[in-house]
Amino acid sequence: MRKHIMLIMFVTLALLLVSCGTPATPEATEAPEVPDEVAPEPGEEVTLTIESWRNDDLTIWEDTIIPAFEAQHPNIKVVFAPTAPAEYNGVLNTKLEGGTAGDLITCRPFDTSLGLFDQGHLASLNDLAGMDNFSDVAKSAWITDDSSDVFCVPMASVIHGFFYNADAFSELGLEEPTTRDEFFAVADAIKADGSYDAIGMGTADQWEAATMGFQNVGPNYWLGEEGRLGLIAGTEQYTDQQYVDTWAELASWAEYMPSGFEAIKYPDAQSLFTLGRSAIYPTGSWEISVFEDQADFEMGIFPPPVESAGDTCFISDHTDIALGMNTASENADAAKIFLEWMTTAEFAEMYSNSLPGFFTLSNHDISLDNPLAQEFMSWRGDCEETIRNSYQILSRGEPNLENELWRVSAAVINGTLTPEEAAQEIQDGLDSWYAP
Amino acid sequence: MEEKQTRKPFPTHILVFLAPAAIIYTLFMVYPLLDSLRLSFFTIGEQNQEIFVGIQNYITLFTDTNYAPRFLGALKNNLAFFAIHMVVQNSIALLLAALLASGIRGSSIYRSVLFLPTVLSVVIIGFIWQLILNPLWGVSESILEAVSLGHLFQPWLGLPETALITVSLISVWQFVGIPMILFFAALIGIPEELLEAARVDGASGWQTFWRIKFPLILPAVGIVAILTFVGNFNAFDLIYTMKGANAGPDFATDIMGTLFYRTFFGQQLQLGNPTMGATVAAMMFLIILTGVLLYIFLWQRRIQEIEM
Repeated sequence: MRKHIMLIMFVTLALLLVSCGTPATPEATEAPEVPDEVAPEPGEEVTLTIESWRNDDLTIWEDTIIPAFEAQHPNIKVVFAPTAPAEYNGVLNTKLEGGTAGDLITCRPFDTSLGLFDQGHLASLNDLAGMDNFSDVAKSAWITDDSSDVFCVPMASVIHGFFYNADAFSELGLEEPTTRDEFFAVADAIKADGSYDAIGMGTADQWEAATMGFQNVGPNYWLGEEGRLGLIAGTEQYTDQQYVDTWAELASWAEYMPSGFEAIKYPDAQSLFTLGRSAIYPTGSWEISVFEDQADFEMGIFPPPVESAGDTCFISDHTDIALGMNTASENADAAKIFLEWMTTAEFAEMYSNSLPGFFTLSNHDISLDNPLAQEFMSWRGDCEETIRNSYQILSRGEPNLENELWRVSAAVINGTLTPEEAAQEIQDGLDSWYAP
Repeated sequence: MEEKQTRKPFPTHILVFLAPAAIIYTLFMVYPLLDSLRLSFFTIGEQNQEIFVGIQNYITLFTDTNYAPRFLGALKNNLAFFAIHMVVQNSIALLLAALLASGIRGSSIYRSVLFLPTVLSVVIIGFIWQLILNPLWGVSESILEAVSLGHLFQPWLGLPETALITVSLISVWQFVGIPMILFFAALIGIPEELLEAARVDGASGWQTFWRIKFPLILPAVGIVAILTFVGNFNAFDLIYTMKGANAGPDFATDIMGTLFYRTFFGQQLQLGNPTMGATVAAMMFLIILTGVLLYIFLWQRRIQEIEM
């Protein structure tokens, strides 16, 4: 009797363990079951799959961009298959390792994509004719350190600047400032009037202080690319006057910011502006569609003010998104046709118009329907472009430069660090691992 | 059937009953823990291979100009976080439990209400409190103004001096229900005869509580203390929800959990460092282990002596 019970128990346990183990087996065999696709004959229909994190853009791709491409290339079908932004890098890596990733890969800027190229997952696109349509700054985010291989077709950038409440400005009789003195005169006037918060920003999330503050107004201090490349080459230091001055300007913003700004987060600051409670909001072009949805007043924009009238202005035109080709793609020819099409003016115009605030990185002269987007893009003609100075190479080590810039920039505005201390901490951190 | 048993047979059934739990626990708890400890003695090389470096990661964590201040800062903040919980959370919980156990009217309603925040998602807690304390739309400033204390309002969550205390108190608010229930269960478990005898002897309520009830619930006090300790040194979610992985302002709310998260998984442009992350995790494990061992060998033994 007892033996029987034991037997039953053992069998049950064994079954339990086996059933726990089984799900793994079909998964493991699934991959080889996929039939090896034969390289397409000319004229045979092929399907390209695009990996992306931009699930917000799904309808734009499906309704606008892909139909336009398929109309010209009836043999190539395109599927846009996005993943959630936060999971994209991890999912993509797994798919690439497992050989199940799509033919076209949306590229994050700088080191993430460079890593994929170095591991042999992204193909070199040096021989793509249309790459001539992109400037060096545009390509800088998807190129090897020695500039020998470019591996993604730049798609879009975002431009930093200041939004302002045009109704409030006309009510108070103010004009768009072009110099720093004018900027602070405008801010003083708004503050004196008291009905609006002059600079509607908070520091609670820390990144606003760095991205929307430091990297927004900074290029005018460090002369754009000259300063950025100088930092990489080691000819400039964060302790140099132009960087300390940038932080000093941020510190002087504090008195114009809403009370309690230390605990105001990014969505709070956005709402503060769209509710018409703050007059000036330092941010970037990506806000256009959100703000136009929510605000019921006239909005205007102005680029970061320069020191004195007539100075060359510099803007942060930050490279954000690109498209590359999976080396394991079986439809490489079709994928190249798609990438080539992406370098055309047609794609540039369609993309930039569908997503106001995200601008094509190509040199094509395109027209935009959205007036704010049009104005943002017109700055490219008037000003010199650069990208955020912490993104290329300098954020590879520990302490991470980008994170540190968030921290010290917020602390400078909060008044817990002086501009000089901030500069010293950043440079010390960088010196601890980076040798130009 | 089997009558002639000269010696006890090996108790196989015990093994069978233990096996499922032991296997699952080993597979999903013990093995990952040991593997994580192992990982802390390695570093990742150029070709993605693991290189044994001995205790180098620990030396880096304690002496490196980059890691040491972060580690010590997180440890200090975590101790403060724990101290606030011990002092505020557990004394309020004891007070509430004593009130509930004294049989005031509607005590079961109070019990449920006070326990409610504990079952709420931490994301909701973080969101609600950020709204309450928000300098733009929060109610806390208007409430203070209503009692003419408006000048006391500060953006508490944003100031380096007050952010940690604020986050700790929010966590206290959330979790006060758990020690309260434990104390309450211990208090109502005290035999009525003891209390009756005390009353007959003329002991006041105060004396009864401190001389009779409190010594009798000491085991619960110990359990609450160790639960608070383990919970606080594993804490992460509330701070991540409210202040992000950078635990701002200026690392003022950085505790071991957020330090581990940043180190292991990376943040924005910072790439994750699994081996240093494992080192931080190992330190968390060591700290918690020390606390638990102290509890078992110093506190629990003494309690057993008292009980005997």
